[in-house]
Amino acid sequence: MILVEGLTKDYGSRRAIDNLSFHAENGEILGFLGPNGAGKTTTMRILTGYMPPTSGRATVAGFDVVEQSLDVRRRVGYLPETVPLYPEMTVFDYLKFMADLRKLNNAEDRVYDVLDLVHMTDRAEGYIANLSKGMRQRIGVAQALLHEPEVLILDEPTIGLDPAQILEVRNMIRELGRERTVLLSTHILSEAQQVCNRVLIINKGRIVAEDTPENLQSRLAGAKRVSLRVRGDVEGLEELLAKIPGVLRIFTSGDGGLEFETAPGQDVRPEVARTAVNQGYDLLELRSIGLSLEDIFLQLTREEPEPPSMAADDDFVQAEEGEEE
Amino acid sequence: MRNVWTIANREYKLYFASPVAYMVAFFLLLILGIIFYVNVAGAIVQQFPPNIQGVLGPLMTLLLFTTPAITMRLLAEEQRLGTMELLLTAPVRDWELVVGKWLGGFLFLLTILAVTWLYPIFLNQMVDPGIDQGPLITGYLGVILFTASLVAIGVAVSSLFSNQIAVFFATVGVYLLLWLISLPSQASGSATANELLRYLDFSDHFYNTFYQGIIDVSDVIYYLSLTALALFLGSVSVESRRWR
Repeated sequence: MILVEGLTKDYGSRRAIDNLSFHAENGEILGFLGPNGAGKTTTMRILTGYMPPTSGRATVAGFDVVEQSLDVRRRVGYLPETVPLYPEMTVFDYLKFMADLRKLNNAEDRVYDVLDLVHMTDRAEGYIANLSKGMRQRIGVAQALLHEPEVLILDEPTIGLDPAQILEVRNMIRELGRERTVLLSTHILSEAQQVCNRVLIINKGRIVAEDTPENLQSRLAGAKRVSLRVRGDVEGLEELLAKIPGVLRIFTSGDGGLEFETAPGQDVRPEVARTAVNQGYDLLELRSIGLSLEDIFLQLTREEPEPPSMAADDDFVQAEEGEEE
Repeated sequence: MRNVWTIANREYKLYFASPVAYMVAFFLLLILGIIFYVNVAGAIVQQFPPNIQGVLGPLMTLLLFTTPAITMRLLAEEQRLGTMELLLTAPVRDWELVVGKWLGGFLFLLTILAVTWLYPIFLNQMVDPGIDQGPLITGYLGVILFTASLVAIGVAVSSLFSNQIAVFFATVGVYLLLWLISLPSQASGSATANELLRYLDFSDHFYNTFYQGIIDVSDVIYYLSLTALALFLGSVSVESRRWR
């Protein structure tokens, strides 16, 4: 169980997290979502006893992270953002070292158990330096599971893994989340959507939204996003569309592509089609794409509503198609 | 305490997988061997019995420059690799981490020192009826105490930077400061200041007693308290990382 009340951390004059409060129960997988520099890692470092908060309180597994740091650290499994490994050690030696630091009685058995869990038993005698990024990530997860912790804190656990491994790790996290508390940070929205029971969107050190992925999505369920494509140039079309009642925001994506959001409960597609055709545009495509968690996320974390850049748009399309990075 | 041993054990074993440690050991033993040879050759030519001081004197000086190469990675490497985060979020107290690192480095240097026993053994074979055992025993006791404080200072400095080269030079700097601290006492007029500078001097506590075959409790206390102080400062430094 994790309980956070009014947590604040300053780095010099910069405020990394500002008055954060949230909680996570046993058997819950809480997703921590936010752009880079939002304060996810800082919060996790405070919860794992790596550094104290400037003010506020946090309790993990029933112990205060500042006053009873060692008790907290005994009960938490932590995978930091940069997987902490010793390249000059073998996988087995590394995990055995970590098990010994945690004073596990059946250290060797536990090492083989977690190796089995992450499917790395055959690489036990290999040096960490020779492992691929995905394998290292898995060893990092294995290290966090050695002592069967009550609370698991994972900072971007699927980063750098291939799609098959991502699925595997996600399934593993879901499995682990049945009887433990899992706090997971990610910037991949589909991941939060698939794995977490509850999502916490954090931006600039503040919580901007907290709900189940389903509720977050239905919050803007009325609103829709529509994609439109014409042959040739879209110049001029934007102004015409803006005049149609119900069309809210328009984003151009180049080469004949346009996207716009519609007001809840209105289907403006027939009107849009008529306008485009009447004005002499060759209409190639008109498609409703719905608002994904991604859009909600962008809306919540963006300061001013400005059109997304090309790169962001590409990501968006890929995420729609493949759901992976 | 178990954590201290777990950490020390890892460090000690890792030295044997590290080319740097072998090079340092090789360098130290090679230079010492050359000096030993010159000493013995000189003794034969000039017809006086060679003594153990011919090994111990240069050994002390060599340790000033080889110990930092052994200790520089102890905490700096953890910071560079990001494994510091792992150790500081494991149920390990900060002082256990620092003492464990110190013990690992100290045990490795003791291993190198054990190899230097070869020279006194040779010497003992060459001289009839054998060399004076007193200065040998006290000399090595002094070298061991001296090494303990060198490694402790090295660990403390290693906690300050994540760059090993920076750690190496900073450590040598601290050693030389302590080694030469009594020099200005000859110029200074104040008797108390002279006394203090002499007391702080790294080398006086060895050359005036252990080197001559004398064990003075105050020298033992000097090296032990220097070790304890450096380990304490190292722990404070590691703890202060959390507050940055």
